[in-house]
Amino acid sequence: MTQAFRIENEGLINRDKKLSFKFNGKTYLGYEGDTLASALLANGVHLVGRSFKYHRPRGFFGAGVDEPYAVVQLYRNGETEPNIKATEQELFEGLEAKSVNCWPSVNFDIGAINNFLKIFLPAGFYYKTFMWPKSFWYRIYEPFIRKAAGLGVASTKHDNERYEHKYEHCDLLIAGSGPSGLAGAYAAAKNGAKVILAEDKPRFGGSLLTSDVNIGNQSGKDWAEGIIAELKTMPNVVVKNRSQIFGYYDHNMLVMSEKVSDHLPSTKKYHPNKRLWYIRAKEVLISSGSIERPIVFGNNDTPGVMLSSAAKEYLKVYGVLVGRKPLVFTNNDSGYETAIEFKKHGVDPVVLDTRKNPESEIIDEAKNLGINIKNSYVVVAAQGYKKVKSADIASISEDKKQLGKIENIQCDCICVSGFWTPTIHLASQSGNKTKFKEGIDAFVPGQSKQNEITLGAANGVFSLDETLKTSFKAGSELSKKITENDNEIAIPNVVEKKSSQYDKFWCVPLPKGKNYKRFLDFQNDVAVSDVEIALREGYRSIEHVKRYTTLGMATDQGKTSNLNGLQLVSEIENKVVPAVGHTTFRPPYTPVSIGAIVGREVGKHSKPTRKSPMHSWHEKNNAVFVDAGIWLRPRYYKRGNENLFEGSKREAKNVRTNVGVCDVTTLGKIDIKGPDAAELLNRVYTNAWLKLPVGKARYGVMLREDGIVMDDGTTTRISENHYHMTTTTAQAANVLSHLEYYLQLVWPELNVNVVSTTEQWAGAAIAGPKSRDLLKKLFPNSDVSNEGLPFMGYIEGDLFGVKARIYRISFSGELAYEVNVESDYGNFMWEKIMEVGEEFNIQPYGTEALSTLRIEMGHVAGSELDGRTIPFDNALEGLVSKKKDFIGKRSLQRSAFIAEDRQRIVGVVPLDKQTSIPEGSHLVKDDKAPLPNPKLGHISASCWSVEYDNPFSLAILKDGKNMIGQKLFAMSPLKNKVIPVEIVSSHYVDPKGERVRS
Amino acid sequence: MLYINCPHCGMRSQNEFSYGGDASVKRPELNKEVSDQEWDNFVYNRKSLRGKHLELWQHISGCRQWIKVERDTVTHEIFRTFKADEEVA
Ligand SMILES: [Zn+2]
Repeated sequence: MTQAFRIENEGLINRDKKLSFKFNGKTYLGYEGDTLASALLANGVHLVGRSFKYHRPRGFFGAGVDEPYAVVQLYRNGETEPNIKATEQELFEGLEAKSVNCWPSVNFDIGAINNFLKIFLPAGFYYKTFMWPKSFWYRIYEPFIRKAAGLGVASTKHDNERYEHKYEHCDLLIAGSGPSGLAGAYAAAKNGAKVILAEDKPRFGGSLLTSDVNIGNQSGKDWAEGIIAELKTMPNVVVKNRSQIFGYYDHNMLVMSEKVSDHLPSTKKYHPNKRLWYIRAKEVLISSGSIERPIVFGNNDTPGVMLSSAAKEYLKVYGVLVGRKPLVFTNNDSGYETAIEFKKHGVDPVVLDTRKNPESEIIDEAKNLGINIKNSYVVVAAQGYKKVKSADIASISEDKKQLGKIENIQCDCICVSGFWTPTIHLASQSGNKTKFKEGIDAFVPGQSKQNEITLGAANGVFSLDETLKTSFKAGSELSKKITENDNEIAIPNVVEKKSSQYDKFWCVPLPKGKNYKRFLDFQNDVAVSDVEIALREGYRSIEHVKRYTTLGMATDQGKTSNLNGLQLVSEIENKVVPAVGHTTFRPPYTPVSIGAIVGREVGKHSKPTRKSPMHSWHEKNNAVFVDAGIWLRPRYYKRGNENLFEGSKREAKNVRTNVGVCDVTTLGKIDIKGPDAAELLNRVYTNAWLKLPVGKARYGVMLREDGIVMDDGTTTRISENHYHMTTTTAQAANVLSHLEYYLQLVWPELNVNVVSTTEQWAGAAIAGPKSRDLLKKLFPNSDVSNEGLPFMGYIEGDLFGVKARIYRISFSGELAYEVNVESDYGNFMWEKIMEVGEEFNIQPYGTEALSTLRIEMGHVAGSELDGRTIPFDNALEGLVSKKKDFIGKRSLQRSAFIAEDRQRIVGVVPLDKQTSIPEGSHLVKDDKAPLPNPKLGHISASCWSVEYDNPFSLAILKDGKNMIGQKLFAMSPLKNKVIPVEIVSSHYVDPKGERVRS
Repeated sequence: MLYINCPHCGMRSQNEFSYGGDASVKRPELNKEVSDQEWDNFVYNRKSLRGKHLELWQHISGCRQWIKVERDTVTHEIFRTFKADEEVA
């Protein structure tokens, strides 16, 4: 198909490079440098989608980020992405896109029936109708809305693209490369400031690309090119196109999304798809320009109705005519600029100006070109369904209330200009108190909160001369403060045509007997009548009106709808616009890919993975791994076809009968040194620490100030002023912070130093009745007899030439030791233990066997120390000193903590000795009681007791102390299980603790 | 993201710090009789101020020091920062 609407000798596209693309299955041609929108328009395609609510036909309304309609589903390199604006998507060879919101096709859309039913879909319709009956919601309403709504389909496949994050600091960040951005950047760069200049479009220059102005002796466009070329050569300047600054956060942190690869058929090797920049700027210069405002009239959403600035951009940048019989509808001089461009390219426009008798250089030029101008005229309604075919126009009275006789004129597009709205999103996000500017009837930035200044059109200044002067000055002054350089810059002469005052006219009244839809929000289908209903129903706050009608809530965030909505509310409410106020601008300014926000932190990179020094041995020996916090730990070592249950049972059994070895490197380790170390421990732990001799370990429990158990572990006195503390794997970081808190803030007088040594030591727990025999062979030069190394003793040994620390401590309840060596020797230690242990039938055991062993011994762990239990609950009250004070002691006097029927740890055995009890099951007295069945306690941990060969669980049970011997039910609605159980002691195996001392 | 001036390290982004609550809370001395009310005030009761607030932060991914930060809870403006042992005037 030929590009029938492309004109010669105009535009910035590369005509030497033709690109082929598909839209809704049909193949078209465009040029390099096109957007999907400009290429479709070049081919005369105006129908691109259906609207959100009424499924009315949708065309193109803008030419950039403000586009409310032309949202498509994009297919690129085997991936698909929804919510892509055709006006922003650059064309590449092989691009494919489809319309959204239509079924079965954009030309014949069943949902369009909503359009005829629109009487039933007014403001608040969803709130009112779908509220009742509740049971209808999931079955009928929700699926219906899901099918009807949405702007495309998210892919369910894994995203193969890469995204990266970048952190950057700069002196001056400049948002937008229009005249003010270029001038500000240039002046600051010349003063040696570190400058980042960001432009969301592929081309730099902003309005200079399309306006008929001269700067110095050059056209505006050539001047912009020269400045950019010079900035790019400067080492202190970063110039970025395709980069949208979408959020302004606290303390001058701005976030920018750079589209690195979206304009290419596929992402280059080693390149990311997008790059998210976190930029901390000393000063921010906002030069985000302005967006043209629509004028509201009947059927103003018909394809072919678009902003006049967009029509001009398609012509000047892309060499595309959006129509051959254009009607320009304007209340200011901007519409004339578009009309002049049409005329210069041999197309005869008709201009309808709401003003009676405006005079300016621009209007004179239009008149001199012989353009047909009708003053005091308005478009009453667009006619045509899938494309504008004609317009009903009429003269309008001076008070703008009475329409004259309605005439119909032929046209194929209506270019609308309702003046300009400064883009104040970034300024507003920064906390700037915006103010309403009379004369342009729009909000502009006011009092700055952060180091930010807004210039040019974004600040409501529409004269190029003034914009350049203020921007050069601001760039110089802001950079001078930072670099102390003051290089003078000659401000170039500007030639621009003067404009006349715009007419504060924004909405055409309805003619008698007509009920045209007049849309305010094009993306969300919010019409004038919807806002009227909301106000009639009593909504007053603009924030409430927004949510009730969905005005300004779609992905375009009301870029074109905002001010007209406010005008309407102010008119009905008889308030001035500033009194109505505007809704809050929130980041992001435009939709940002979730992938870009997530960056590289996906899949296994979503958190760091810690591996012990023995990890490769575990891998080689068929370990099945489990996540333990950020560590990977062997869960069990699979033999043959064993499953987890069989494998862990074998491993646990072997510990009870022979000897096993477990990698305990992951335990938190904290080195504590200083003359007051014992005093610190005495205050942190609930038991007494002042008399622990050198070479001895002690088990300790620490509380939070509210009396809840924080962590437990053993601490060993290595030498006079040196202790080695262990924590649970999960709490290691918290315990260190806890100690630092008390040492730095509460008891700074204590002379103690703490430091984490978790990664410095590799640890192996050797447990089982044969563990001493093994130890003797590992450390032939050390006395490891029961007398030489008694329970809770500590010695240093020599492991085949490697210095080792040997602790006689036990988590499994068996005779057990823990050997630590420096991490780099971890694998050596492990291999030696396995080699020497062979004759004692040693087997490695994983976390599952470790759990089994501790559960049947009634040793508590994270599932009991769950942030809700005190020492008594865990049968640890014997470790609570009555004599000394410690962290959290005072809280233990709270009445609930000393209640007679206080919860306490118990053992639980199923009556049938067969059925495993799911963890989390509730213990109840009566399994048939009506719901909610009073809960007496919960199962905290379950295992298969290898000692008794039946299931065994631990539970935290109300009045647990007096419940031993009782019969209860363990109920797990999740697993649909009701299990009759008996309550027993939590010390199921070796209740006297003889084995550990043997 | 806040930009916090660690008195030991200099300006650092918020993601290097962890928040530690009201810095004006004083722990009752050890081994002293404390009434229920006093203890509750220490453990639980906080003012949740609107406006200027002296709070604790720990530079966990930096020097690991606990510091005091004078911050406006509404505007997030940070006025001053102090070392743990510095008196706040
Ligand atoms: Zn620091």
